[in-house]
Amino acid sequence: MLTATVFLPLAGALVIALLLRRPRAIRGFAIGVTVADLALAAVAFTAYDPQKGGLQLVERFNWISSLNVQYFLGLDGLNAPLVLLTGLVGMCAALASWRIEVRVREYFAWLLVLQTAVMGVFTGLDFVLFFIFWELELVPMYFLISIWGSGRKEYSAMKFLVFTLAGSAFMLVGILVLYFSAGTFDMTVLATKDLTNVVIPVQMVFFFFFLAFAIKLPTWPLHSWLPDAHTDAPTAGSVMLAGVLIKMGGYGLIRVCVAIFPGVSREYAWLIVALGVISIIYGAIVTLRQSDLKRLVAFSSISHMGLVLLGIGSVGAVAANISPVGLNGAAMQMFTHGTITGLLFLVVGLVYEKAHTRYIPDLGGLATRMPFVASVFVLAGLASLGLPSLSGFVSEALVFLGAFFVWGWPTAISVFGIVLTAGYILWMVQRVFFGPALARYEHIGDATLVEKLPLVVMVIAIVVVGIYPAILTDVFSAGINPIVERLRVLGP
Amino acid sequence: MTARDLYLLSPEIALAGVAILVVILDLLVRSKRVVGAVAFLGLAVPIALTVVLWTSIDSETAVFGTLAVDKFALFFKILVLAIVGVLILGSADYVARFQRYQGEFYALVLFSATGMMLLAATTELISIYISLELTALPLAALAAFLRDERSTEAGIKFLLLSAMSSALLLYGMVLVYGFTGSTQLQEIAGAVAQGDMPFGSYALLAGVTLMVVGFGFKIAMVPFQMWVPDVYEGAPTPITTYLSVASKAAGFAVLLRIFYFALPAVSGDWGTLFAVLSALSMTVGNLVAIAQNNIKRMLAYSTIAHAGYILVGVAAFAARSPGPDGVALGPSGVLFYLAAYAATNLAAFFAIMAIASRTGSEQIDDFAGIARRAPWVAAVLAFAMLSLIGIPPTAGFMGKLYLFNAAVRGDLVWLAVVGVISSVVSAYYYLRVVRVLYLGAAPSEEAIPSSWPVRLALALTGGSILAIGLLPGRLLELGEAAVRIFSLTPQ
Repeated sequence: MLTATVFLPLAGALVIALLLRRPRAIRGFAIGVTVADLALAAVAFTAYDPQKGGLQLVERFNWISSLNVQYFLGLDGLNAPLVLLTGLVGMCAALASWRIEVRVREYFAWLLVLQTAVMGVFTGLDFVLFFIFWELELVPMYFLISIWGSGRKEYSAMKFLVFTLAGSAFMLVGILVLYFSAGTFDMTVLATKDLTNVVIPVQMVFFFFFLAFAIKLPTWPLHSWLPDAHTDAPTAGSVMLAGVLIKMGGYGLIRVCVAIFPGVSREYAWLIVALGVISIIYGAIVTLRQSDLKRLVAFSSISHMGLVLLGIGSVGAVAANISPVGLNGAAMQMFTHGTITGLLFLVVGLVYEKAHTRYIPDLGGLATRMPFVASVFVLAGLASLGLPSLSGFVSEALVFLGAFFVWGWPTAISVFGIVLTAGYILWMVQRVFFGPALARYEHIGDATLVEKLPLVVMVIAIVVVGIYPAILTDVFSAGINPIVERLRVLGP
Repeated sequence: MTARDLYLLSPEIALAGVAILVVILDLLVRSKRVVGAVAFLGLAVPIALTVVLWTSIDSETAVFGTLAVDKFALFFKILVLAIVGVLILGSADYVARFQRYQGEFYALVLFSATGMMLLAATTELISIYISLELTALPLAALAAFLRDERSTEAGIKFLLLSAMSSALLLYGMVLVYGFTGSTQLQEIAGAVAQGDMPFGSYALLAGVTLMVVGFGFKIAMVPFQMWVPDVYEGAPTPITTYLSVASKAAGFAVLLRIFYFALPAVSGDWGTLFAVLSALSMTVGNLVAIAQNNIKRMLAYSTIAHAGYILVGVAAFAARSPGPDGVALGPSGVLFYLAAYAATNLAAFFAIMAIASRTGSEQIDDFAGIARRAPWVAAVLAFAMLSLIGIPPTAGFMGKLYLFNAAVRGDLVWLAVVGVISSVVSAYYYLRVVRVLYLGAAPSEEAIPSSWPVRLALALTGGSILAIGLLPGRLLELGEAAVRIFSLTPQ
């Protein structure tokens, strides 16, 4: 089941690369594959029973016996929603690529390989397998940005790649040190082991991992690859980056840093929170200053990923008081940010395609020309600033709730980030969509049916989760409660 | 010399026989394609004999104890033979353009390979020296094969520097012999373990250090790497390929044999030395490679960096896999990495030959847009570059995983950190090639053809990169079986 979910896109990519020739056929086929993969992901998600909890849909066998490496896929409460998110975002990214005309075959092949890699990162529970998927993701993204991107695309692609590689290099050493001390690459087993007896200080191992995930998330001061990569990537690339790729960082923080090193993450919760608060406020302030529409959305991601760190930082409480609320909020924030920012990038892509500029001062009054796009944008913007009944509110509320009782002042400062968010979102909406209609945009029309489709899908996801968050929170809790149990047992 | 010795040496004898056959045939036959075909098909005999020995023999010595026929030696013999076989396929187009001396080309390659096979098996200092010379002399002639200015320079440089390094090596061997009283590795190990040497172990270390220097030239490690870029650039590309994979593998074989077999008692000293040299090689090789514009020069610096990675395995003496009969992880990592690196570098050089044969340039910028003119060749080259960086799912990744694992287990976490950081640095220049291939604008759209042997060689090596990257299990087991001999060494 999970194997099919992970490798279906790769199989599709091979078919595209080797068999298909006509651009129309390739587009249709690629979209078909992502729809099928979304269906598989949805089946896996619904098959996961949060009441039962634990690992489900497990597939494992020995892969490299002399290194004790396993092929080990499995779902728990933490990754099940993220698999669903990947299916969702992957399909929207494929749909948003309808207008790609250059090197169509390569484009869709890489897009599908990317989806396999991300699916693999979320479901792989053996460290070597996890790492392989983690690195595999770099290659397609590198090509997507550097061939089909815009602006300084080659520079941005290289920057993205070198940043991530630098982080993952340290992660590899961390993985090997863990293997040496525990004799296994199995992440679920490692999460139950007492890792005080390691060849190098366990704090150092923790930071090897933390560095990799903090770069990917990204957090201040390791964020500088993100605005470049997001801005210069093609629309689908930005959607995948913001929608799922940076979630790999947050996922890794919870799955590895918190679950495998509970003691160290408690010890350094102050640092995680500090980085989170700085990211939230710094990200928001820098966002306010952006004049490129895409760059603006990109910078807002840094601010929103700061919330993930803040939520994770809530584990710094006194043992008895550790609650799953903050971690739940962090996990929820990953999902909601994936849908909301994915949607924002989709809409920005449409605006750019039709108006041929992303420079905000040149835009204006687009709401009269493209009412559908404008309303979706407003909705996504409101979700982003945390309007109740939309999904962003749920995750932000949970994060603040979880963090406030542990880190009073830092949380209070972070809440101010929401005010800034409201500022830049509303200001941008006003400048781009409202105001007098400009003569030079008379010819442009609203989104076509194909363009509307991914927008509608994302809007549904945002509204459903906003109104009935329990469909996700129940599942996330099933994954997070065991981690919190272990944190409590660990004592003060 | 007994009949048994003949049987044990049969692969080398067969290979030398093929080489002689090629020389004779070259005089008699007009079509040089036949000569190449005989050289290639003739390899089947030594390969078959080596496989027979692998299955039938555990560990034996031959010719008065100067040669060991064990799994370690046989692993390298098969590796060298496989490299030569694929090399003959992959350089078919290149060699076909020589006006004359095609027969000599194949014969010299085969003679040199005979030397490499012996090198992997020798257990005695003088035989080691002789095998080294048998390996190096044909290579010097081959490096000068094009007879233009650069190729001649490459040949002379290679000849002079291998003579110099051989001299240093010989001096080191003399010192070791003088202090231990034997040229047999086994007896040297005994004498060192007993420790009653004149002047104490420092005198011995002087000899050991000189030997490290001598081998340092052969395996292209820093600070003995300065001949590498010029020779690699000037030599005919097939010979550059051959130097970078086969000659390097044989060098590491004898290095492991000497240090793990004869000198385990002083492993603390040379282990640290190799760890430092490894870090230097990785750092210098990767940093200087960034500035290169000629792809052969770039790969020359890359091979220096890879010598550094492989040295991680040599330095990790203490690394043992868990369990009662722990495998020496360092050496088995070296063997695995050498095989993975051979597949990768062969693929890269074959692709370069295929492309440069049409474009006539080895400048990286002239590879622009090749992805449109020769999609499969470009794909193999790009894949090989990913493998050299160590990005999964390639052989290079598995090799690094295994080697750095050995480093962590051998209490060399810092060396693993240096290794992974320099891999990140290397991504920059390897990806430059990928970028040029796929993003550069091609000056023409004319397709680049290649003959079927070249395509076969590309498919074999490219396929091996993927196969080793996805299913390394079998090769790892072979490597681990081969290094069992080191577990039996007196500590």
